[in-house]
Amino acid sequence: MAEVAEQEIPWWKKWLEETGEQVSFLSGFFRNLFSGGFEWSEFVRQCYEIGYKSFTLVGITSFIMGVVLTLQSRPTLVKFGANSMLPLMVCVSIIREIGPVITAIICAGKISSGIGAELGSMKVTEQIDAMEVSGANPMQYLVVTRILATTLMIPLLTLMGDVLGLFGGFLAVNLSDHMSWMLYFNKCVNSVGFTDLLPAIIKTVFFGFAVGFIGCYKGYNSNKGTESVGIAANSAVVSASLWIFFLDVVAVQITQLLFY
Amino acid sequence: MEEIKQDIKQPQKASETKTDEVVVELKDIKKAFGSKVVLKKVSLTLKRGENLVILGRSGQGKSVAIKGIVGMLTPDEGSLKVFGDEVANMDEKQLKTLRTKVGFLFQSGALYDSMSVRENLEFPLTRVLKIHDQQDLDKRVEEVLSSVGLKDAIDKMPSDLSGGMRKRVGLARTLILKPEIMLYDEPTTGLDPITSREISELILEMQKKYKTSSIIITHDMECAKITSDRLIVLNDGEFVAEGTYQELEKSDKEFIRSFFK
Repeated sequence: MAEVAEQEIPWWKKWLEETGEQVSFLSGFFRNLFSGGFEWSEFVRQCYEIGYKSFTLVGITSFIMGVVLTLQSRPTLVKFGANSMLPLMVCVSIIREIGPVITAIICAGKISSGIGAELGSMKVTEQIDAMEVSGANPMQYLVVTRILATTLMIPLLTLMGDVLGLFGGFLAVNLSDHMSWMLYFNKCVNSVGFTDLLPAIIKTVFFGFAVGFIGCYKGYNSNKGTESVGIAANSAVVSASLWIFFLDVVAVQITQLLFY
Repeated sequence: MEEIKQDIKQPQKASETKTDEVVVELKDIKKAFGSKVVLKKVSLTLKRGENLVILGRSGQGKSVAIKGIVGMLTPDEGSLKVFGDEVANMDEKQLKTLRTKVGFLFQSGALYDSMSVRENLEFPLTRVLKIHDQQDLDKRVEEVLSSVGLKDAIDKMPSDLSGGMRKRVGLARTLILKPEIMLYDEPTTGLDPITSREISELILEMQKKYKTSSIIITHDMECAKITSDRLIVLNDGEFVAEGTYQELEKSDKEFIRSFFK
């Protein structure tokens, strides 16, 4: 009977309901963020879990991306006799786009799904309800700390990923040509400016917020039942990834308007 | 066997602490989820110091009835008062205060599995009572763990505990805030008969020690027999019988008697 009733709800009504719930969850986050009693120790623990424990994955992926990007781009640039432009191209690509987006996508897969599964599991086993009925504030302890941790750590991971990506590019350049580290470094530094770095860092703050927010929302609102834990983790990855691409498009448009 | 029976009967004298003051009052409560009506015009009262057991088959809305008492669910119709105040009209601050006075023991124990037993017990103390003095925290944690007989498990993780131990720790975490009302959601489900009996006796012991009023939801008749001052039977969203264990055991309705077989 309930299934029949559920099927009869039109998609747009479900979408509106979901959007309304997300807005309500977002307002709950900001209300709890400024209501005092910040959970510092849990925030630090989450920064460690999210930041430090993702560093290896982000680092290796960024390094490989730097190598691959350089190897793939070289033949085309050589055709035009522009192989000296290789560091510039690699650097601009990594700083502006590949670094932030790849890092955020990796974090959506690793962190957003982890948060979704963890909170979903806590919901299913009534741990969140137990916190709530004891008079403690689960939003403040579980949600605010996680969202702030992703918002802080993803920009830092991106910066570290950028450095490793550029290092990968340097090694790849030296597979076929010879270029000293100082020359490569100077070419990289001269090719990017404030207008490349700042928008890229700012957008990673939003990516970080999206990764944390969606993971928390999906987990916190998962329906009862073990199946819903998997659904929460899976939908957290899908939604967070889509939000990252959407935010990236918006960020590029704003950057174009403001800086170019 | 006779000895066990006497053990069971003796703690029932906990009802001596009962007074006529009503601490929880549900009047004509109705609750539906979508098209499914779970509670139809349900009314009950809980007096101070009383142990009230709600009996009923699974899926009859027993848990729904008590979740409204701590504001986890809002009834569609009717009045739900705790300590004379309407729960539906409470703001967030009032609800938080109410929740410090009403303890809820979940069916699974609901221990925070990323924290040790000590951290589980310290959590409500530091967040709700805002106690941060480590000596004070240690004293309170050790005292309540001793009450439930699990002082040695203080530094264990929930995954290292058995089902019965998890329930005991869950009970300790609830009692650490010294609530005036305790709500138990199927406290003996999933436990073997011996552990079930121990938990039931512990409930009664804690009621005497902490002078709480309790609503116990169960379909475990042994638990009902040990803990109840009064029983209510819920069927199809309505209370169909009320009385003491002995009265309901001799009910003329076959459905009521079927619980006691």
